[in-house]
Amino acid sequence: MTDLLSKFDPLIAEHAGLLSAGIRDPFGIVMDKVLSPTEAIIKGQHTILLGTYNYMGMTFDPDVVAAGQAAIRDYGAGTTGSRVLNGTYQTHKECEEALKDFYGMSHAMVFSTGYQANLGMVSTLAGKGDFIILDADSHASIYDGCKMSNADIVRFRHNDAADLEKRLKRLPPEAGKLVVLEGVYSMLGDIAPLPELVAIAKAHGAMLLVDEAHGMGFFGPNGRGVYEEQGVADDVDFVVGTFSKSVGTVGGFCVSNHPKFEILRLVCRPYTFTASLPPAVVASAATSIRKLMTAHDKRARLWEATRRLHGGLKARGFKLATETPESAIVSVLMPDQETTALMWSTLIELGVYVNMSRPPATPAGVFLLRCSICALHSDAQIDTVLGKFEQAAQMANLALHEPA
Amino acid sequence: MTDRAGVYARIIELIEPLNAKKVALTEATTFAGDMEMDSLTVMDLVASMEDEWDILIPLNMLPDLETIGQVADAVHGLVTKKG
Repeated sequence: MTDLLSKFDPLIAEHAGLLSAGIRDPFGIVMDKVLSPTEAIIKGQHTILLGTYNYMGMTFDPDVVAAGQAAIRDYGAGTTGSRVLNGTYQTHKECEEALKDFYGMSHAMVFSTGYQANLGMVSTLAGKGDFIILDADSHASIYDGCKMSNADIVRFRHNDAADLEKRLKRLPPEAGKLVVLEGVYSMLGDIAPLPELVAIAKAHGAMLLVDEAHGMGFFGPNGRGVYEEQGVADDVDFVVGTFSKSVGTVGGFCVSNHPKFEILRLVCRPYTFTASLPPAVVASAATSIRKLMTAHDKRARLWEATRRLHGGLKARGFKLATETPESAIVSVLMPDQETTALMWSTLIELGVYVNMSRPPATPAGVFLLRCSICALHSDAQIDTVLGKFEQAAQMANLALHEPA
Repeated sequence: MTDRAGVYARIIELIEPLNAKKVALTEATTFAGDMEMDSLTVMDLVASMEDEWDILIPLNMLPDLETIGQVADAVHGLVTKKG
């Protein structure tokens, strides 16, 4: 018998090597208690959470929690069914109504996760003979959607409008084309130059899908995302998003004004062939989405806290992935796997949780310590984090640069 | 250089800087197995070949292209088809 898991031996060895240096497992964190959107107890230690994508701090919002409690009481713990059979409750329709209102669009479809929303939309929109043109740094869910479709897959250089145009020009003019973009790219925290990319895509007759997973809640006058902020809403055919970031729970969605959109419920396999979200989740999501529509103060606060962290790290000589804070993700560039792991481990011992990211999840083979900021992070918490970063850099022998 | 030999020679030149393991490059050399290239590097290589010959190599073709020889055949075929 061939052991099917032996193909993972190199990874098993690498992971073991990492841990043998005595550091904590970056991929094995357990939160014993979650105290708030910004604090948890990890291994008995009070820890500041700076890697949760909980941008708007809605996880403990009293209205959001109350909506979930009421729904679990009134509708039970789960639906035990597909959206197209017995798994659509009043709560699911209300959640889709909230999305339609939030985005000002005529259709909304709620999936069980954000991953499935991308998987489903990308694989269903483009079929045999069609082309999917995606940014090289696209999220795994987009790549997997491409794999699941029978379309031809074309990749263009990250955020490079000229490269996108060059590749679109090589495609048969009459073929169906779907260009897939993200508002915020979550590894480096950089945003897309959507007006240029969208104009080129439209000029070549492509339909456009924009993933706003990391932009929803705090970009644009209504918090719809980078596409709203950059003024390209009229040219975007589909917006995909998630409930597991700013909304503060779990789930995914797609919104659109396409007149034939509703048929997708019957043909999109990751929507049809899985159980729907529990009533409590969609009720919490609907309440959160409606609150996010007018969360202007929180948005302002999120940007303020982000600038404080970005500026503070830069002033202390850390190398950051973006020159200025472009989103609520601040990524610290690290030299190699060993230093990254040691630095990450030191930070967690000091009571700061960030994400450790490494290839192939990261583009261009870079190692990152990735911070995502929450509107509820206080200035005092950010300052504590900055001090711990400096301390950890010393302990991990990370060379800091003279600030420019 | 759009004949098979020319395409192969140019592909070798494009691979050389990415050949971190410095393995000998032949028709039968595999990208994942012999060169231990990760998927991102392979996709970047594909982009450079697309630009070199102004062709389209859809990513979904990649699972069938394991060796340098197979890639050379595919690229040569695409270049010929383009005319």
